Order: sequence, then structure tokens, then C-alpha cells
Amino acid sequence: MRHTLVAMVEDKPGVLNRVASLFRRRNFNIESLAVGHSETPGISRMTLVVGGDEKTIEQVQRQLRKLINVIEVNDVTHGPTVIRELALIRVQAPSAQRGEVTELVNLFRAKVVDVAPDSLMIEITGTEDKVDSLVSLLHPFGIQEMVRTGRVAMVRGSNRKEASMQVSE
Amino acid sequence: MRLTGAQILWESLVREGVNTLFGICGGAVIHIFDALPDYPIHFVLMRHEQAAAHAADGYARATGKVGVCIATSGPGATNLVTGIATAYMDSSPVVAITGQVPTPLIGKDAFQETDITGITLPITKHNYLVTDVEDLARVIKEAFHIARTGRPGPIHIDIAKDAQFSETEYHYPEEVDLPGYDPNPSDAGEGLKLAAHLINEAERPLILAGHGVIISGAYAELRELAEKAQIPVATTLLGISSLPESHPLCLGMAGMHGQAFANRAIQASDLLIAIGMRFDDRVTGSPPTFAPHAKIIHIDIDPAEIGKNVAVDVPIVGDAKPILQELNPLVEPAQHPDWMAQIAEWREDSVQDDALSRDFDQLLPQYVVREIWKATKGDVLVVSDVGQNQMWEAQYFIHDKLNSLITSGGLGTMGFALPAAIGAQMGRPEERVWAIAGDGGFQMTIHELATVVQEGLPIKIAILNNGYLGMVRQWQQLFFKRKYCATPLLGPDFAKVAQAYEIDGFTVEEKGQVVPTIQRALEIEGPALIDFRIEREECVYPMVAPGGSISDMIRQPQS
Repeated sequence: MRHTLVAMVEDKPGVLNRVASLFRRRNFNIESLAVGHSETPGISRMTLVVGGDEKTIEQVQRQLRKLINVIEVNDVTHGPTVIRELALIRVQAPSAQRGEVTELVNLFRAKVVDVAPDSLMIEITGTEDKVDSLVSLLHPFGIQEMVRTGRVAMVRGSNRKEASMQVSE
Repeated sequence: MRLTGAQILWESLVREGVNTLFGICGGAVIHIFDALPDYPIHFVLMRHEQAAAHAADGYARATGKVGVCIATSGPGATNLVTGIATAYMDSSPVVAITGQVPTPLIGKDAFQETDITGITLPITKHNYLVTDVEDLARVIKEAFHIARTGRPGPIHIDIAKDAQFSETEYHYPEEVDLPGYDPNPSDAGEGLKLAAHLINEAERPLILAGHGVIISGAYAELRELAEKAQIPVATTLLGISSLPESHPLCLGMAGMHGQAFANRAIQASDLLIAIGMRFDDRVTGSPPTFAPHAKIIHIDIDPAEIGKNVAVDVPIVGDAKPILQELNPLVEPAQHPDWMAQIAEWREDSVQDDALSRDFDQLLPQYVVREIWKATKGDVLVVSDVGQNQMWEAQYFIHDKLNSLITSGGLGTMGFALPAAIGAQMGRPEERVWAIAGDGGFQMTIHELATVVQEGLPIKIAILNNGYLGMVRQWQQLFFKRKYCATPLLGPDFAKVAQAYEIDGFTVEEKGQVVPTIQRALEIEGPALIDFRIEREECVYPMVAPGGSISDMIRQPQS
């Protein structure tokens, strides 16, 4: 099964390499890795999607924690978590098909962010399933280019023992 | 105080208590060496950087202090790699220092440039590239702290040449700031009670003691636990000499070439108490067949070792010594007479594996090892190489003296013995040090005979010479229809080689010469080398076939 891990790491040169090297060397299966700044200066936040059974995932976390630059690792798979991915998709859309494509974009609450004579660039944010569905529906029109960020995740506030309002999506 | 990077390095090493280091000079460390004569540090010039890393490792294992080695950039640095990997696999605290090309040249494929921190990343506990002299003091402080705390391991510091000659204000930090490093993770609490409960209930308990007992210095605590509840103790290869081997509860080494009775005890036990060991495949054989009736208590300082190779029932994360100090009072005194009787019976049966239990005329390696033990009364530090010689040493030398064996267990690095013996002898100058090697491994670092002479070290060297890469030949004999491909090995006249270095060298070709020659070597004040031309196709028994169950041992054939 796929697990989502969140790792807080020191923002130092080579840290991404250390994490990637660990996965390669220990034969762990990494599906996506997203990294960026966290709320604390000097600390980066990594969201990793890792495949494997419970024992493997436990081992992945323990090995990650052994890295000197890794401060904290949590498995947020089973918690109440907001998980998002962002994708940019350039789809072939000559004027005859543009209406059909924009209808899909609206249904998915995605956005058209660039218009060219024969194509549209679409931005979508959501769960991977949602992104997958839009991608498959756009496929027949002809996807010219696509980039996906990989998963990012954050545990909902109630789990952080704070007052929380689950805003409807 | 304004100092150059080179001066900061030496000043900081002195503050960390370093008085000896091993290495080779070179272009990218020339500034560092230029500053060396001003500091009270003895530099041991080796003949190859691999040997420098092994010497630092041997020094570290013999003393428990951090061993330090140094090499130049490029080939000097890559030559260290085998030694660093050896230290990493055996949790040995080593700090390896390399020079790097000047910062503006990094990435330009400069002369003798290599991405050595990229190379050492997976074989170090941590590593650093220092391009700014401002970072150097902090990095050295961190490196020594990380190397020696928690589960020890090698740290590599790569220092760009410009950071060596640039100057800065020097102050050595008192503390380290490493938010992601917890050297003593301990979640013993409930585990200890549960462990004590299992020990108190067990009918056939067995302790498996590893290198962690020695690193932790938990000798007395291990012995107390074993004696209090009458629990027999088997050891891993690196756990040898964590308990005196002639102690009635000590079963000796278990695993691939372990005592048959030790392996039988593991397989029959209902409780395994694993202390400071990591269930290496050379110990467990095929993991699903390992200790099928046993619940397992696993005490280790490294949380990542828990459940890595074998599922455990009670994990206890922590340093062996304080953990056992907490555990022992919870354990009730016990006797296990049936279990002891059973093991005694197996021990009796295992006499068939003892090559020395029968009459023989040949020059057997087992006999050589046993006679070295007798002649020295075991009061020596043995540094063994890798392969058959290592296993015969482990089986036939009776290590009653604590921490008296240094060998490359995890990585199995041939060529380890001589340079590691140099480091060990420098670390324990009062000790008698014996290096025991095969003719194959010895030829891999034979050049270090020069270092032995240069430093005036009284190391005794025993070569168990069968003219083969013997352990591989044994596998070919047993599993590859005796097709001895690439294992017969030409060697020099080792005694003459020794003499060329002005070391007393002897050749022994007959059984009758063994004892007198060992005596002669012992009477020599300085170093001595004995080339034992042993029975060429002697095998190490018993043996577990690779990947097999430790229940299925290949026993000594009965002639």
C-alpha cells in the first residue's frame, strides 16, 4: 500500500541527495517526493509517497530518522489529512473543441491559465484521483504537455489539538 | 586568535584528544601538513590510504576512542573508501579527513578532483564538504560528537584547499546544535518489564551477544545477566570476547561457521535475548528458518535495526550497558537444568567438528591458531583478516580476555589485518598484538610491513598460507564440483619479504616446527613474521550453506 510521509529536514546543501540516496541504496520504492520551505526558516518540508507493507514503511521512517539532517518523520496516511497535488496540462483545443474542454475545466473547478490558438493550459489542484480523472477525460483531445507536482500533505487542525473548522471543499 | 584552516584543524583535533593519526600526504592537503609540526600529534605515514583507514579503525576498536585518518583529494580519497566502508559496517568511530581541490575548481574536473562526499555518502554515518573556513571548527566538533556517540560510525570531512589556507578567528564550540540527531534514543520503559517477564518464564533462554556489548563496555552486565538466570551465551563474530570464552555459560560463536551446539541451541531456544547485534545473514542463515520456537528480545541502540532482518517480540532501544543495568534487577535467579543438560549433550557431540580431536600429522591451520593461543596464554590482542583464517582464529583461539579480537565482520575486507593491527598496536602500545591472515589477504596490504618497521611496532604476524583464496576455494569444493577457478594463488617467499623489510621472517612447513617457531617469534622484541605452509585443502567446519538454515550444518567429514 502507498503511504504518505512528511519529513522535516534541515535546509542544507545535499539533504535531498541524502534522502534520495537512502531510498536507492535500501531498495525502497519512492513514488513521489515534493520538497519546499516550511513555516520555520532553515527547515524544509518533504512529502514522500512510498510503496510497501507496514514493516517496510516502518523501516523507511527509521532509516530516514537516522539521517543527521532529518529532524522529524511522520506517517500521515491514516490520519485526517488534506492531500493535494497540482498539475499543469496543455491540451490540444482548436476552437471547435474549446467549449467542450472548458466545460470539463469548470466541472473540475480547474482553471484555464493560458490560451493559444490551438491549445489551452489548464491548472488543476486536488487529490491525485481528481487530477487522474481530469487527465483521462482530457486524453482524447490530445495532451501535449503535462507536469504534476507530486503529493503534498498536511494534517488537519483537530489532530493538532487546535480548534479547527473543516472548510467545505 | 586568528588561525588558518589548517591550524584550526590541528588545534581542534588536539582538543578532541587526538594524538595519533594515519594517512598519506598529497597536493590537496599540503597546507594541512605544513602546519602539523606545530602540534603534539604523531602522524603515521602509511603506504596506502586504504591501510590508513584500516589503521584508524583498528585504533578505534582497540581503544574505544575516535581513530583519525587523512588523505589527499582524488585517488587519495577514493583509496580510503574500502576502509571507511569497513568501519561503517562494523560501527567503528573513525573520522576521515580529505583535501579537496580549491572551491572555484570544484565541479570543473580539476586535477585530482573527485566527488568524494558523493562517494562516501552511503558508507558514512554523516559527511561534510567544507568550502568556508568559518564552518571548519563547528564541523570538526560535530564530526567527533557524531562518530563516538550513539551507534558509532565513520564521519568524513572533505576540506577544500582554499578553506585550509584562509584565516579566521578561531573559537572551538562547546556544544553541538544537531536537532535531528538523538544519540541515545531510549524507549525501554514497558519493554524492560516485558523482557524480564519473558526471561523469568523461559525454559530454554539463550543470549546472543554482539559487538554492541563490547562497544558499550557492558561486559559485567552481560555476565551478571547470564549468571543470575543461568542463560547460555552465544556470540556473533564481533561479539567474541564480550564474555570470556571459557566461561561455562559461553557457547562461542554462532552462525555460518559457528559451533554446531551454539546453532542447535538457537534453533531449540524458546527465548532469544539479542544484545547489540543486528541479525546479519551470516548469523541467521535463512531468516524464516531462524530460531523457529523463540520469542525474541532485541536490545540495540539503533532503532533502525529493530525488525530490519528478523521480526522481534520485545524491542528495546538503548545502549546495552544502562539497559542491562535496568533489566538485570528485574530478572529472577533461575536454573535451567534440562536445557543445560541438553546443550552439554550437543557440546559433547560437537567434538566431532574439532579438527584437533583426532590424530594428525599434517600442518593444520587449526593447530597453528591453538598453539599461538597456548604460547601467548591468550593474553594478546588478535587482529584477524578475512576468510578461512578468520574463521579458524574465531574457532580455535580461546578469547578469555575481553575485547581481544579485532576483525572485519560486516564488510569482510581482505587486507584488513596488518594495517588494523598497526592501528591497534599504536592505540594499545603495552599489548602484544598478533595479526593472523591468509596468504591472499596479506598480499593485499603487504606494503604495510614498511610502516611496522618505521614505527618500531612489535607486531607478530602469522600467515596461514595455503596458496589459495581459501574460503572461495572451499565453496568451490563444496558447491562447484571442485572447479578451482581463479582461486589458486601464487605468493612470494613471505619470510624473505619480511627480511627485505628487516623483519625476522620464518617459514614453517611441518607440524613439529610450529611450537618452537612461535616461541622464537615471541622471544624477538620487535616484529616477526611466520609463514605457515598449511594443509592446502583444509576446510572450515562446521558450515551452513549460504542461504540455508542454521539447522542444517555441514559437519567435519569423518575420515
